[in-house]
Amino acid sequence: MSSSVTGRQTASGGPGFLKRSQPRYGEKAIKVLLVAASLVSVLTTIGIVIALIPPAAEFFGKVNFGEFITGTNWAPLFKPPHFGVIPLVGGTLMVTLIALLVAVPLGLGAAVYLSEYARPRVRRVFKPMLEVLAGIPTVVYGFFALKALTPLLQDVWPVGDPPQVFNALSAGFVMGIMIIPTIASLAEDSMAAVPRALRDGAFGLGSSKMQVSTRVVFPAALSGIVAAVVLGISRALGETMIVAVAAGGRPNLSFNPLEGMQTMTAFIAAAGIGDLPTGSTGYQTIFAVGSLLFVMTLVMNLVSIRLVRKYREVYE
Amino acid sequence: MSTDVIDKAPVAPEVPRLKGRGKPWRERFFELSLWASLAVGVIFLVSLLAYVVTEGWPRLDSRIWTNFPDIIDPTNAGAQSAIMGTVWVIAFTAVYCLPTGILTAIYLEEYADPTRWWNRLIEINIQNLAAVPSIVYGILGLGVISRGLGFGQTVMTASLTLSLLVLPTVIIASREAVRAVPQSIRQASLALGATQWQTIWRQVLPAAVPGMATGSILALSRAIGEAAPLLLLGGLTFITFNPTGVQSQFTVLPIQIFNWISQSRAEFTALAASAIVILLVILLAMNSVAIWLRNRYSRRW
Repeated sequence: MSSSVTGRQTASGGPGFLKRSQPRYGEKAIKVLLVAASLVSVLTTIGIVIALIPPAAEFFGKVNFGEFITGTNWAPLFKPPHFGVIPLVGGTLMVTLIALLVAVPLGLGAAVYLSEYARPRVRRVFKPMLEVLAGIPTVVYGFFALKALTPLLQDVWPVGDPPQVFNALSAGFVMGIMIIPTIASLAEDSMAAVPRALRDGAFGLGSSKMQVSTRVVFPAALSGIVAAVVLGISRALGETMIVAVAAGGRPNLSFNPLEGMQTMTAFIAAAGIGDLPTGSTGYQTIFAVGSLLFVMTLVMNLVSIRLVRKYREVYE
Repeated sequence: MSTDVIDKAPVAPEVPRLKGRGKPWRERFFELSLWASLAVGVIFLVSLLAYVVTEGWPRLDSRIWTNFPDIIDPTNAGAQSAIMGTVWVIAFTAVYCLPTGILTAIYLEEYADPTRWWNRLIEINIQNLAAVPSIVYGILGLGVISRGLGFGQTVMTASLTLSLLVLPTVIIASREAVRAVPQSIRQASLALGATQWQTIWRQVLPAAVPGMATGSILALSRAIGEAAPLLLLGGLTFITFNPTGVQSQFTVLPIQIFNWISQSRAEFTALAASAIVILLVILLAMNSVAIWLRNRYSRRW
């Protein structure tokens, strides 16, 4: 790049001396390139919307939106087809709920331990170990749920009918384990952001470690913790492979977690595997359900982004 | 008056009061339950690894990478086409997403004015994309890249889809690496008459490369494990050949594993478990490289 010119030609002196007389085209071109690269992510969002809206609109031209959103029978490929999405939403919420029942207490417990109790050496060993959980491919979690956890549950089930081969409980449980690192790491960050002085003040007043953790640090970090949980919810809503493998492929509006049920993501995956002809109503259901999923996770993400920003502003 | 008080003061009877009387049981129970919640995750991880290795042990030999999938004779089948497919897809994912992600990070950190609405929009957009479910990227790949742009069910489509999927991760990691370079380095360079790009190219980037590499490797290792978006792109098609180019059809390890899990015969379970071990070894190797890079090249300012 020829950039030795610093604008000595401007003879007037004064502030003009520092002014550049030649525009640096190289520098400008680079900036254009950088802007173009950052527009890729904007184009991705536009692409997602373009991919979802037209086929979904076509779908809703054929199927009443009210029937879709309130119907309790999901059988899009049967004759006659039924397009009530409630069973898929119910399955999704059931698995998400089980996952959160596992992930929220364990994730927050691990976060409090790592942030308030653990010595640096213990931290250095266990934090990366926890992070490995987030790096394991979800198809592996599905395999473990289906082939190891479900048979184990069936063997030891104490009362009533044991879980079915495909069930929401195993899928939800391993999904909860998968989400632990997400919740733990974000919650720990927000606890670490609580100023030392607050803890020292509470200790100075004679508080025990448990009191400091639960009555000072936890409330002070609450918005970050809520953000972590919200992020956990959106991970659970969108997780596909675990439920596709272990929760089963039958839409089932049931409140029994021992039964198999289909989630929105598992339906999309199942419909995607069967090579549906473009333009058929069956093909368009992918986009209708995908739009619903996208809207649900979008709301969750925006809430979480807002909460994260809020807690970041507190102590900076 | 006050001296009287001091004189009358007895010889420190308060000392025993300050001494703890041991932790009450609630404190112990609380600490124990915190410790247990950490332990559950670790125990789960260990038992998962142990289960996969024992299940896959009979099939963990060279056949897994020398033989091709075989639906009729699973006792002798392997996953060569899936391993080679994974290598192809990930190589092109890296080619597409690393330059884009790093350039975006440089723009946002070095050029963008964060008070401008369009820059804030880009930032919120990236944060949001990071949490969009992967199956939605599959829908994007299916609707826009595969059928809209007409790339079909090829390595090209899969790589483009995965690179969009991990792009936010690459951007966020690279931004942190760029931000970690102290301002004084930039000011020194600018004061010596370097232009903004010269400063970035010769000072900021070399200092940020280890952090960027670490984040990028972690992002790519996420892409290796992704199966959901590729399910929609026809990656499940029964493939018994290695890809020959970006226009080639493909399968990848997670898809092959999913395919085998769905089979009912017991031989497929062992086969799936051994393929999982291969996948986990690849991921572990990549993570080790990332950790090694961070320890070897990261600099404290």
